Amino acid sequence: MYDGGKIIAGIIIFLAFALFPFYSNIGKADIKPPKPSLDTPVIKALKVKKCVEPEQYMRESHMQLLIKWRDSALRHAKRVYVNSNGEEYVISLQKTCLRCHSNRSEFCDRCHKYADVDPYCWDCHFSKAKQEEQR
Amino acid sequence: MSINRREFLKYAGLTCIGVGVGGAQLFVTRVKPAFSDFKPADYALKAKRWAIVIDLRKFKTEEDYKKVIEACHSIHNVPDFGDDKQHEIKWIWTEDFEHSFPHQQNKFIPKTVEEKPVLLLCNHCTYAPCTRVCPTKATFKRPDGITAQDYHRCIGCRFCMAACPYGARSFNWLDPRPHIRHVNPEFPTRTPGVVEKCNFCVERLDLGKGPACVEASEGKMMYGDLADPNSEIRRYLDENFSIRRKPELGTQPAVFYIIGGEEDA
Repeated sequence: MYDGGKIIAGIIIFLAFALFPFYSNIGKADIKPPKPSLDTPVIKALKVKKCVEPEQYMRESHMQLLIKWRDSALRHAKRVYVNSNGEEYVISLQKTCLRCHSNRSEFCDRCHKYADVDPYCWDCHFSKAKQEEQR
Repeated sequence: MSINRREFLKYAGLTCIGVGVGGAQLFVTRVKPAFSDFKPADYALKAKRWAIVIDLRKFKTEEDYKKVIEACHSIHNVPDFGDDKQHEIKWIWTEDFEHSFPHQQNKFIPKTVEEKPVLLLCNHCTYAPCTRVCPTKATFKRPDGITAQDYHRCIGCRFCMAACPYGARSFNWLDPRPHIRHVNPEFPTRTPGVVEKCNFCVERLDLGKGPACVEASEGKMMYGDLADPNSEIRRYLDENFSIRRKPELGTQPAVFYIIGGEEDA
């Protein structure tokens, strides 16, 4: 092999860079899945503890549902959501979602931080905690 | 091991199918709700063409105006910047007669009319120039005549502000939150970089309540369906002479003013 030493050294340097994220995180992989808290006064007072749709669906697809809710309420003046069980809910992030999930930092933020996403819902919409902060 | 062209193509085809099926699995295994639907509330107020009548004859004191403005601004979390006109956010405000109706000005209108503040708000024009220039369709006409705005989609280009002949739109230069005196937790605020305006209380109409300003005016204002000849608002317009702001522009404003003479001061 011509210039074998240089090539091998180059490969080692390349691998050192390319694999940096892997070896630098060895041993730190014990980050536990987030546990969003449902411990709010409104949820505690509910007789049947359930969201507008099944838990698994909400966990995976709440963002798509929220976008549908937004367009339905704002664009089509349809402010009632009929869920998969035929139950009706008023479409409102603040009056419906955040009324129960009033604990932003323990509910919303825990998963969002884990998934490294930064939605800007709260730039405009009030979460209960934020209001208390303000007062 | 040697492989001929025919076999290679076979394996390549099988690999593609395998990857495709595996990929499709990712989507199939997502939980979806069995059935869901969206509908207007049964108790929503509906109309073909919403409009507002402001009977300026009935506005007598400063308090009358203040009550109406306060009702709107507190419900919609409109920030108050005091005398700082550069950052002012306007949903419903007052202006003198001359600047409200520039083409109606003449030397000989009654002093009381000339000096009386006029209550201004978005005119929810039939041919709204703001909706025509919006590059993202953030502001749009609802089928019931209301000029609505979706703040999620507003990019803050301010074309609509340039297009609106009534100055009914305001831009958020600053974070409005520190300037809101009483927060209404049931309505969102806005964020720096979006344009906002009166929304004809769509969030209230859709849930069966009339506009907040009309409610707070205690009969000095009126709302209703302009397309229904038997509506209260149409009868009122039949019985009282009304004017609109800058009708010559052809925007067809849906806010009507009834102006009184000396005896209504």
